[in-house]
Amino acid sequence: MALPTYASPLERAWYYTYLVICGLVFLFLIAPILIVIPLSFNPDSDFSLGREFLDPRTYSLRWYDTLLTLGHSATEGAVRDSTWWSEVWHRATWVQAAKNSFWVGLWATVLATILGTIAALGLSRPEMPYRRLIMALLISPMIVPIIIIAVGMSFFFAKACIAPDSAIGAIFGVFLSDKGCLANSYLGVIVAHAVLGIPFVIITVTATLTGFDQSLIRAAHSLGANPRTTFFKVIMPLILPGVISGALFAFVTSFDEVVAVLFIAGPAQQTIPRQMFNGIREAISPAILSVATILVVISVLLLIAVELLRRRSDRLRGVTGR
Amino acid sequence: MAEATQELLTTADGRPLKEALATAQSRAKRRAFLLVLPLLLFIVLTFLVPIGYTLKRSFEHDGFAASAPALASWFRANPDFDPANPPEEAYAALVEDLARMQVEKTTGLAGARINYSVPGTISLFKKGSREAKTLPPPFKDSLIALDPDWAKPALWRGMASASHVYTTEFYYVASDMKLNDDGWERGEDKERIYLYLFFKTFIVSGIITVLCLLLAFPVSHLLATLPMAKSSILMIFVLLPFWTSLLVRTTSWIALLQEQGVVNDLLVGIGLISEDGRMTMMYNMTGTIVAMTHVLLPFMILPLYSVMKVIPPSYARAARSLGATSWTTFRRVYLPQTLPGIAAGSLLVFILAVGYYITPALVGGADGALISNMIAANMKNSNWSLAAAVAAMLLAAILVLYWLYDRLIGIDRLKLG
Repeated sequence: MALPTYASPLERAWYYTYLVICGLVFLFLIAPILIVIPLSFNPDSDFSLGREFLDPRTYSLRWYDTLLTLGHSATEGAVRDSTWWSEVWHRATWVQAAKNSFWVGLWATVLATILGTIAALGLSRPEMPYRRLIMALLISPMIVPIIIIAVGMSFFFAKACIAPDSAIGAIFGVFLSDKGCLANSYLGVIVAHAVLGIPFVIITVTATLTGFDQSLIRAAHSLGANPRTTFFKVIMPLILPGVISGALFAFVTSFDEVVAVLFIAGPAQQTIPRQMFNGIREAISPAILSVATILVVISVLLLIAVELLRRRSDRLRGVTGR
Repeated sequence: MAEATQELLTTADGRPLKEALATAQSRAKRRAFLLVLPLLLFIVLTFLVPIGYTLKRSFEHDGFAASAPALASWFRANPDFDPANPPEEAYAALVEDLARMQVEKTTGLAGARINYSVPGTISLFKKGSREAKTLPPPFKDSLIALDPDWAKPALWRGMASASHVYTTEFYYVASDMKLNDDGWERGEDKERIYLYLFFKTFIVSGIITVLCLLLAFPVSHLLATLPMAKSSILMIFVLLPFWTSLLVRTTSWIALLQEQGVVNDLLVGIGLISEDGRMTMMYNMTGTIVAMTHVLLPFMILPLYSVMKVIPPSYARAARSLGATSWTTFRRVYLPQTLPGIAAGSLLVFILAVGYYITPALVGGADGALISNMIAANMKNSNWSLAAAVAAMLLAAILVLYWLYDRLIGIDRLKLG
């Protein structure tokens, strides 16, 4: 909003106040996220900026080092040879948490994206029966408080067991807990995170499909393509940006999820958010700030990826502007 | 007028057109539904069934019914007994069960079940079952001699109710009702923790919604009216918090708000407050409100922005040229057009705030806890049925809000980023 030339002095003053207010709100939005970056380089453990924070010479990577050495058996100052690094890879607490988070996130995303994309294709067909009701159900994991979902899953997953010595149990047993249950198992966490990610996939893919020309499918059929070819050669390229950004949302949801993990996971399923949550609850170590900084960098990269995808999608669909 | 004997329209292979169309349409319907079916089954199994389990759990507790079979069957045989004066045979059954509990080590379980409605029962049960074996008949007199509380009508009402596995009692408890000698009554004001917490959660969510609206309105307006190139850059400020881990944002708020934190440091640094006057902004309601406003602000800005984006600026110019002041233009022309965005953003923020758990758990402390934290606390203390009942009540509230959102805005209008 530019100021019109006929604005009175009062309006002019209000306009500048308005700009200042907007600036403060933007500061409120962004400052808390950026503040962790300088804090994570502060070698003191007092969690504060201190007087020296303007002096880059005092910066230290001490808390980043903690991420590698926590849970590590070697003493301080040990030689960092290949055995040292191999132990970091296999033993260090934060590295294990990162690996768990990554794999759980990956499988939850795959599950949510495949099921969600196929369902979104059905939901955006005009013939779909009970569309509104089903849509409401599929979006509801985003609306229903996470604590309710977590409580329900903790009740149900403790009962959802297969005897480990049965035929099915022998096949799926590796994905389940020692007792053959979904509770305390990787599969349980993956399923829970997939449920939480599905609404995002549904929303982004159906948004890409609005304005999708259904006659393209008929055109493909009339030109002799079978449903499979139609899907991979016609539909998929057009909805791919939406699918990928839905998948990114699902991955981030899983990567950031702690409540379901707290309620249904066992001690083996230690993830980054759980580690952070417990760290904040028990004793706030500045190592959490270095994890936070790394996560901020990751989210900046993800934001850029999604923004590029959105632009590509708009271009493909012939939409201009936002 | 068309002839009455007009020939039926048919397809090339001679079937009536109407019928062929209906077949084709139902096939298309079936196909669309089949695409949705796998996900639907998945969600039913992993989302609806667990919630159903929670609901079932909120009506179910066999802690007393399973460990006191003799008394339970006596209650079944005498449903109309007088709780103020139960007969000797009831006491005999009770003493038999107390002795059994001592052997089977279920005293705590049974006592805890009655304890929900009649506080103080666990210790009464423990004492009773320790002595049960040595009590001489008549049991009524000897048990009351052991502890006069055994004659309390409230206790007998509680035991009668707990002898059924299925009960609505947990909803009474979650509504702060107490079992007195005359039946269920409203508890005293200072003991009304659950309804108070529900009330507090709604008030706090309302405050957060209003704060978000006040902060989001100018920013969304600026974003909607700036040229694309500039607004795209500023949009990053909104989207980055949206993409940043909730735990990261909560950690930052701890670093900012704590007593040795950045905000207090800055205020001391510029001399606004003294070193001793550092403010306590965390582990209380202030912490919860500030951090949650920050977390939920993007959910207000995005819907507002998408509505404001399509409001033609010519309306405001027309109002001005017709002599309206800038304030009148805003109030009578611009604001009414943003109402759909305000409704969408406010409802979404309110719904998300009511069920929030992590932020109040980490920065709220005891004072800044919300109803979700109460559910988690009950789960931690193994009060599963009570946790389930509170969760069911919260779910009911959320579903009403969700239904309202769908009515007013439509869930298919929900957008991300």
